Amino acid sequence: MATNSMPQNQPVGPSADKISRDLLRPIFHTSPLYYGVVAVLVSVVLAAIAAFLYQAYNGIGVAGITRPVFWGFYITNFVFWIGISHAGTLISAILRLANAGWRRPVTRCAEAITVFALVIGASFPIVHLGRPWLFFWLIPYPSERGIWPNFRSPLLWDFFAISTYITGSLTFLLLPIIPDWAAVRDKASGTRKRIYSILALGWRGTPREWHRLEMAMRIMAVAIIPVAVSVHTIVSWDFAMAPVPMWHSTVFGPYFVAGAIFSGIAALIIAMALLRKFLHLEEYLKPIHFDNLGKLLLVMSLLWVYFIFAERLTVWYGNEAAEMAAFWSIQRGKFAVLFWTMVSCNFLVPFPILAIKRFRTITGTVIASTTVVVGMWIERFLIVVPPLEHKYLPYAWGSYRPTWVEVTITVGTFAAMGLLYLLFAKFVPIISMWELRAGGHGKQLAPQAEPVTSPGVVPWHRTMPSTGD
Amino acid sequence: MAHRWGMVIDLDRCTGCEACVAACHAENNIATVGAAQAARGRAMHWIRVERYWEGEFPNVRARFQPMPCQQCDAAPCEPVCPTYASYHNSQGLNAQVYNRCIGTRYCANACPYTGRYFNWFDPVWEKPLNLQLNPDVSIREVGVMEKCSFCFQRILAAEYGAEAQKRDLRDGEVRPACVQSCPAGAMVFGDLDDPTSAASRLSRSVRATKLLAEVGTFPKVTYLERESSHGDE
Repeated sequence: MATNSMPQNQPVGPSADKISRDLLRPIFHTSPLYYGVVAVLVSVVLAAIAAFLYQAYNGIGVAGITRPVFWGFYITNFVFWIGISHAGTLISAILRLANAGWRRPVTRCAEAITVFALVIGASFPIVHLGRPWLFFWLIPYPSERGIWPNFRSPLLWDFFAISTYITGSLTFLLLPIIPDWAAVRDKASGTRKRIYSILALGWRGTPREWHRLEMAMRIMAVAIIPVAVSVHTIVSWDFAMAPVPMWHSTVFGPYFVAGAIFSGIAALIIAMALLRKFLHLEEYLKPIHFDNLGKLLLVMSLLWVYFIFAERLTVWYGNEAAEMAAFWSIQRGKFAVLFWTMVSCNFLVPFPILAIKRFRTITGTVIASTTVVVGMWIERFLIVVPPLEHKYLPYAWGSYRPTWVEVTITVGTFAAMGLLYLLFAKFVPIISMWELRAGGHGKQLAPQAEPVTSPGVVPWHRTMPSTGD
Repeated sequence: MAHRWGMVIDLDRCTGCEACVAACHAENNIATVGAAQAARGRAMHWIRVERYWEGEFPNVRARFQPMPCQQCDAAPCEPVCPTYASYHNSQGLNAQVYNRCIGTRYCANACPYTGRYFNWFDPVWEKPLNLQLNPDVSIREVGVMEKCSFCFQRILAAEYGAEAQKRDLRDGEVRPACVQSCPAGAMVFGDLDDPTSAASRLSRSVRATKLLAEVGTFPKVTYLERESSHGDE
């Protein structure tokens, strides 16, 4: 394992040729291991799809949700995956705006997480419907029913927030891929060349094209940040807008956003470590990247503890009878084990790992990230379920136990994430090649890093055989 | 013409016999879900009789509290529904339009009274029970939320009858199934906008109280508190 080094001391990275060779290799060569892993993931995803069809055919009752716990694993997964989606675009946008040079190998893996986590998360409001075949009634369109959707409903806000975020983050992901797809096109032949010619949208690498790309990325980076913040705020309002004890809380907006970025960074670190190992990207994803992201994760861990402390303390101090029933069921009752597991996973374990420089290695940050992902899933579960079990009238209290249907679908989401990511890494260079070259990999260039004017870019691209030029 | 329908439930009179529950099932085509589903909490009763225990053994008393939909003026179930399946109708009632419902179940989470019931499966009536369904009430399919409607079909029938006879509705003419079947006379139904109606007078009683008034839902069901709540009578 490479030693931890400061960015200033790093040598200038691999040459342009080596970058192309290393990063295009996964696109042109596929190992048997890849097929094996894809087959396993596909079968898990198919099992989840089968479970969903089974549920749609027999009725939502095959899931464990019941009265009064009308929302369970599905909404937990929804909040969790929308949270994971905050990894990418938000972090990538902030790092771009801050012109942090070390971001270059990181941004694309992060943005891809966003898009895929969003697709998975956004499927859950449909999976959990009693009549999922009517999901399109949430979409405002003139219909024979003669009514618009209810714009007062937070679920409709969700619809707009998430569709905006998907559109934005997809654009944010695809724009900087265009030059890299052009590079694949220039290297490929046959069918592959035809496909990548279409994907590259006729990119020729003229200064004007570079300039427009750079402008578009700047606009998107600024635009995507408020969208990302609003998305998880609105997800939190699904809960905070309902007069359910422990849901009806003003802290939920920022609390959810912080938790989302927290779990998102953790997912990014895990994805980067896997990419590094299996695609042999040791020269690109360096210990310094894990060190930097580990520091970010540390900050978010502290922020998370602050939020949960603020939330718990105010509820306990307020001492409202209805809220205290849910509160004590989490602190002392049947959810206490889950609660303390969550606190361990989100703070007690990752904090020392991330705070002590010696432990903030690649292995260390991956261990911390794994516990954080587990902890944040539990956090979402503890937000959704215990308050519903203890609403105002004790006679109507109940309990929730998931069935195999919910468990299968939940496991399937993780497989789906892996699968989408693997396929993505097969068709797209997982690290932005032109940005690496533009930045002078590993070296902190002057803040001005516009590809049009920086040396290194245009000459490189001119040297590539190009169809359009 | 416009009425503001409300109900008054006298907790001193309720014996917990659950005749209201049985009548409601028969009137509103409410499906029975079977023992296994009921044990999971999926039984559907548009009105339920909540039983609470007071005191320490052996001086224990059962207290009963019938719980229909409270028909809130500021109902938390309504704004959260994305498809207007749960909405406020022109008579001020919280109506549920089954055909609009896509089953987000948000309304049921938002209801502080947990007064909404969900069709987890398609309802089944074994023969010949299918022949006893009330033709005035639509049956609900899987994935749809349902709840007490104050027997809206009876309200409409009474209104049409009065209109045919070119007269106003008389107080007590509209009686939901639960009110009609209560042997103790614990439930009274009527127009709260008519100051002379029995329901209106009782809802201004000194014993009148609203359930969970602190949540701010402004229910149209009023409970008359027990006068005999101290000691055994």
